[in-house]
Amino acid sequence: MPDLIAKPALGLPPLTHAGTTLAEAALPQITAIAPFPGQSAAVGTALGLTFPAPNCVTEAGEARLVWAGRDLAFLLGKAAPEGLPAAVTDQSDGWVALTLSGPQAVQVLARLVPLDLRDMPRGQAARTALNHLPLVLIAEGEGAFTLLTFRSMARTAWHEIGEAMEKLAARAALTP
Amino acid sequence: MRLTCPLCGPRDRREFYYSGAAVALDRPGAEAPPEAWDDHLHNRDNPAGVTQDLWYHEQGCCSWLKVTRNTVTHEILAVETVGGDSTAGGVA
Repeated sequence: MPDLIAKPALGLPPLTHAGTTLAEAALPQITAIAPFPGQSAAVGTALGLTFPAPNCVTEAGEARLVWAGRDLAFLLGKAAPEGLPAAVTDQSDGWVALTLSGPQAVQVLARLVPLDLRDMPRGQAARTALNHLPLVLIAEGEGAFTLLTFRSMARTAWHEIGEAMEKLAARAALTP
Repeated sequence: MRLTCPLCGPRDRREFYYSGAAVALDRPGAEAPPEAWDDHLHNRDNPAGVTQDLWYHEQGCCSWLKVTRNTVTHEILAVETVGGDSTAGGVA
């Protein structure tokens, strides 16, 4: 078995416009967990978390369970134990995590995401779109968001968000 | 246009994929005559008024939805999940 070198999806320095910062976040492990029929409570107990309702995130310490679709959640920050009553798929390295935080974060995402993100509290999440890219959006509270998208689309996502940040800053500069 | 997904809540039309008349849900039985299959596969109504069609929430929860809407007023009358809201449950 050769030794593989772990590389970040982008390896770019954080991008800041008008106090709002886009950065790549570490995403060591992401596991898709689809409970077998009627087993979501048992899955939650086995993970030490509650299986989330639609558009919700449950967390305990570093571990988070993010709702990601009908009978599907993504486990972050923790390895899935053996023998869960669920279909478990390791999706590590298939996704990239970006963080966007600052006073303009909501306005930047308003240009790309077809959801009203104002006042979206921590503990909420949404499976939606970032322009044309699939997106799992996690609200961190206080105008901060974690954005998960496919790793193969990381550069496109970075470009889209960076452009929205730039245009918003340009527009703000025009306003006296 | 917005559809209220029973799982995700109100969402923009661009999250959904349109997949034609909901007649696809009413398959003829195994013993059905060829005419019934011909009708099922090829013949569609084009109503001015209430119609039902299938939409797929592809940029969301990946549910198939049966949408009842009015083609004249553009009113969305009902959105139901084809496979039920959930088989596994879940809590907030």
